[in-house]
Amino acid sequence: MNLRSRMAVWMGKGLVTATRMAGRGGTTLPGAVARKVAPDLLRTLAAQPREGVVAVTGTNGKTTTAKMLSSICEAAGWGVAHNRAGANLIAGLTTALIQAADWKGRIDQSVGLLEIDEATMPRACQEVRPKVAVVTNFFRDQLDRFGELEHTVDLVARGLAHLAPGGRAVLNADDPNCARLGTRPGAEPLYYGLEVEGAGSGSASQAADARHCVQCGHPYEYAALYYAHLGQYRCPNCGHRRPKPQVYIDRLWDVDALGSSFRLVSLEGACEVRLQIPGLYNVYNALAAAAGAVALGLPLPAIRQGLEATTSQFGRMERITIDDRQVFMALVKNPAGFDSVIQTVMQAESRKNLVIAINDRYADGTDVSWLWDVDFEALAGHQDEINFIICTGRRAEDMAVRLKYAGIDVAKLSIEKDPGAAVKQGLRYIQSGDLLYILPTYTAMLQIRDLIARKGHTKKYWEV
Amino acid sequence: MERPRIHIGWLYPEYMNLYGDRGNIIVLTQRSRWHGLDPEVTQVRMGESADFARFDLLVIGGGQDREQALVAEDFVRVKARPLAEAIEDGLAVLAVCGGYQMLGKYFKTHTGELIRFSGILDLWTEAGRERMIGNCVIESDLFEGTRTIVGFENHSGRTYLGKGLRPLGRVLKGYGNNGADRTEGVVYKSTVGTYLLIQRALDRRYGGQVKIGALNDDLEMRAHEAIIARFGK
Ligand SMILES: [Zn+2]
Repeated sequence: MNLRSRMAVWMGKGLVTATRMAGRGGTTLPGAVARKVAPDLLRTLAAQPREGVVAVTGTNGKTTTAKMLSSICEAAGWGVAHNRAGANLIAGLTTALIQAADWKGRIDQSVGLLEIDEATMPRACQEVRPKVAVVTNFFRDQLDRFGELEHTVDLVARGLAHLAPGGRAVLNADDPNCARLGTRPGAEPLYYGLEVEGAGSGSASQAADARHCVQCGHPYEYAALYYAHLGQYRCPNCGHRRPKPQVYIDRLWDVDALGSSFRLVSLEGACEVRLQIPGLYNVYNALAAAAGAVALGLPLPAIRQGLEATTSQFGRMERITIDDRQVFMALVKNPAGFDSVIQTVMQAESRKNLVIAINDRYADGTDVSWLWDVDFEALAGHQDEINFIICTGRRAEDMAVRLKYAGIDVAKLSIEKDPGAAVKQGLRYIQSGDLLYILPTYTAMLQIRDLIARKGHTKKYWEV
Repeated sequence: MERPRIHIGWLYPEYMNLYGDRGNIIVLTQRSRWHGLDPEVTQVRMGESADFARFDLLVIGGGQDREQALVAEDFVRVKARPLAEAIEDGLAVLAVCGGYQMLGKYFKTHTGELIRFSGILDLWTEAGRERMIGNCVIESDLFEGTRTIVGFENHSGRTYLGKGLRPLGRVLKGYGNNGADRTEGVVYKSTVGTYLLIQRALDRRYGGQVKIGALNDDLEMRAHEAIIARFGK
């Protein structure tokens, strides 16, 4: 490593420390400054891990999938350099590797594990040259940022063109847009998917994104539909069909609010896994992580151990206790994800007390019309179990309007613009032993997390 | 007494149904119910012939370029003639984004591909390089007196109105039809075309003989005012 890069590492490390002492996360600034000093820094750092770098991208589940894959690598005895704070743009990736490096700029960990924003894929892959790229799925998330879905798929494809020689693209066979990335020249695909009979919702949700053939536009026929538009599809017109997955789940049982059990099959054999995070979409995340691990050559026992050790990411779905009050927080960011969270909330037996926090900053998506694609009508169907819903955040009023039109009794709705105040209010309204559900968008989650952290109830988020 | 019926048509829900378009259907049916009407929604899909005259209201949502190209042939061949007649006859139409573009003559995509529609209204659309994205506030005299309408726009198409077509309103904040002439949308008879995902229901009087009263719109007005306070200056 040349002197310039080493200076950049020092400077970056110094800034990480300084921003932390100032009480902030410091996940992007150090990387951005260090890149000014040594523009080649990310490339230099990413070239070091022995087992190469793994990229994780896609609309939903990036963070959880990366966390599971990290846990698997650790179970296999590998050290992991991971951007676990979720800062997934170029500067954030750089910061993560600066933190992993020692003061001489050397990275000792076996593998680099980088969650990468879809729009950042082309540039990030050019610099880090991943050995494995895991793509989770494509949903119409944040259309205001990326424009149309086709464009997002194309950005990821451009990233995959820069994998390291012999690199593998790990693709979700059940998502037509994701699976078709495997037909492009370059990376050799490894497909994963569900082969479970009778799982999932059975009907395409309103928010379904790829119900039409990606080749000819004709509606797909689904032999099985698991989650949103994910399933076993086939086009009756041109014959385009789901590729056969090499890594799959063929049995699923004990699916409840605490987690799910499944049988995972790879070329190497099969094993049973008990996942401690609820939701079918987390089964998909676990499957994506497992397939990524297979592509890295890791054995099934490590995959099992790593998946079973994974617990919820704070804020993404986490239970915490504040005084004697239970809080359940789950990040919401697009219709399919929000639908799943509503399902999880409705499964609980207790009465429902909710704070829904909707912001419209850049990281949340500035367009809130997606709220109309969420199935709040399902929530209204359980009206009797709801005590109150406090709408908060910059778009609190829009949220309240949406709930009114879903059929929620307006007497149960209230608006408190400040997320911190809304959470405090919610905690006051519930009884001892009751559960408060907090459903925030990304930046609202950061605000609320700060509040809870200040009360000393959780680790600061860069430690998660 | 039987509740008066209101028949809402929804064109190409399987293709033209982008971000939040479903919301327009939810809003229209719920408000109809609260007004004491009995709403019925009929989906008009690809390949189906349609007698648009039987609807009281027709909604056409947005689609990405790809979806628009997919429905264009069916639209021109099967739907455009009867729709043009119904519009002339005064059918109320709410056409948003891609649906708005479909009422015009053509849409030229950013790759230069020309998607031809049949020009029910004298307007046309050409994609520009930059997408026009963001909150939008316009002032409109569609209802009695001048009032503001808020919404979110996200389109690459620049739409131009032919002579004699009236815009829905003037842009106070945002881009509107083409980012240049400060107009947004179009109004022709009872047809409204717009790029805005309008978050408040249209206060249209459904049917001549059915008198409807006012609804409690406190929450809706608060949402409206919040956007005006942020962007409407
Ligand atoms: Zn096909």
